[in-house]
Amino acid sequence: MSLSLQDVQRIAHLARIRVDETEAAGYQAQLNGIFGLIEEMQAVDTTGILPMSHAQDLSQRLRADVISEPDRRVAFQAVAPQVENGLYLVPKVIE
Amino acid sequence: MKWETVIGLEVHSQLSTQTKIFSGASTAFGAAPNSQACQVDIALPGVLPVLNKGAVERAIRFGLAIGAKLNRTNVFDRKNYFYPDLPKGYQISQFTLPIVETGELKIQVGDEEKTVRITRAHLEEDAGKSLHEDFHGEDGRPLSGIDLNRAGTPLLEIVSEPDMRSAKEAVAYAKALHTLVTWIGICDGNMQEGSFRVDANVSVRPLGQAEYGTRREIKNLNSFKFLEQAINYEARWQIEQIEDGHKIQQATVLFDPDSGETRMMRSKEDAHDYRYFPDPDLLPVKLDEDWIEQVRAGLPELPQQKRLRYQNDLGLSAYDANALTASRALADYFEAVAGGLAKPDAKLAANWIMGDLSATLNREGLDIPASHISAAALAGLLARIQDGTLSGKLAKQVFEAMWAGEGDADAIIEAKGLKQVSDSGAIEVLIDEVLAANDKSVEEFRSGKEKAFNALVGQVMKASKGKANPAQVNELLRKKLGAE
Repeated sequence: MSLSLQDVQRIAHLARIRVDETEAAGYQAQLNGIFGLIEEMQAVDTTGILPMSHAQDLSQRLRADVISEPDRRVAFQAVAPQVENGLYLVPKVIE
Repeated sequence: MKWETVIGLEVHSQLSTQTKIFSGASTAFGAAPNSQACQVDIALPGVLPVLNKGAVERAIRFGLAIGAKLNRTNVFDRKNYFYPDLPKGYQISQFTLPIVETGELKIQVGDEEKTVRITRAHLEEDAGKSLHEDFHGEDGRPLSGIDLNRAGTPLLEIVSEPDMRSAKEAVAYAKALHTLVTWIGICDGNMQEGSFRVDANVSVRPLGQAEYGTRREIKNLNSFKFLEQAINYEARWQIEQIEDGHKIQQATVLFDPDSGETRMMRSKEDAHDYRYFPDPDLLPVKLDEDWIEQVRAGLPELPQQKRLRYQNDLGLSAYDANALTASRALADYFEAVAGGLAKPDAKLAANWIMGDLSATLNREGLDIPASHISAAALAGLLARIQDGTLSGKLAKQVFEAMWAGEGDADAIIEAKGLKQVSDSGAIEVLIDEVLAANDKSVEEFRSGKEKAFNALVGQVMKASKGKANPAQVNELLRKKLGAE
């Protein structure tokens, strides 16, 4: 499998990263290099092996359902670019 | 051509935990904006999610209640998209390995019982809220306000198979699910506050065709009424499109309650590509058997089990059993009334709860927990019907007085002198008086007019101020007229 320039542009768009044509060509070569490695790895027989969802073979620790976080809005909003009536303000987005 | 509507529902049920699914911030509704949004919820760099045990336990409870498979290992994934009310740029959800898979829910549609299969139920976090009000920057450009209090609130998304064939069935399923999640205490069910939100996948196909048609998804319906209206509108719209020679395009649509119409939000071409992958910040969740059994032991008797028991053991109809299990509070009330009767009569209890009590609650816009008459007090009233102290008519008067707060049944009967007269001597005295004063009716009856008999019964009842036992009046009157 290899990626076309169009694929690279689409991925860049989904990730909201602006990529110009020369950069795109570079990323295409790098990404295809990674796909080459994956293809080599796919030669390994993995029948009967469960896919891992995490690199560590541990299970998730759970937290008791008890409120532990105080209201720190003032501190958080001190570094926000713009706030009003306790709300964070962002450029208007309507889907 | 005859058409068939096919519906599957996705329900977002907000779990009733004290804190967020991945942080210790409160989930209480209605707090000041961003006062319950901690560093994890607003996605400051370097923070890590820690899973809430209460959310996992509620998902287990749900899985057990629908007889589902619980995945002993389940995994959280990242669902990637950009929106200002999702500060991380991804929602933590479960994709490949959800906690609950393949269960079912039985629903009652009219007189028929139907089974709706549940494909899966997975845990995920809610997003924040965008307020598109009149905010402006210094340069005048429009801004949106973001409140992240809801961000990170635990949700259980419950996905059904496309097993419903009409808006009515979809509503029956949504209601049964709403009853169940509130019944087992995992969700407060408050639809105005968005605790229970429904998306409906709707398609149509010629009746008898095996393949499904192309579906459109109606998003975010927050009432059963809108769910029914939206599905009916959407199905009609799709049929018209096809009959006019158009093809249905897969799309996401919104329902506008004001116009009663659905309108397109986005087509398949701009459908999101979420690029799911396992969240490296969270390890796989393991459920051990002891925990599952502990949760199972804590489950109450479920609506479906109660329905069967009411029919098989108490002799109620399917309709009564279904109505009395509409909520746990109602079922508890019914059982307390029926259990409070010295002489068991579930039907009598059911009739009064679904009749006079429900009518009164409806009229005053109250739910059963706010009833002015406690279960014990209603049982006290029914006992006076059973022992013949009250006729049905007098009992209604006592019921109204009880509702008005005038005391318990016995006190009201005493105070108002409403005791039914069942002393045959006293009734005979009344009958003799009435017969003496109504020669004409007596003669009419003797010449074969049955109507005249009813008139005489009416006179005796009137003479007793409604308190004579009607069955006894009938019997004694007939005896007297026959004997003379």
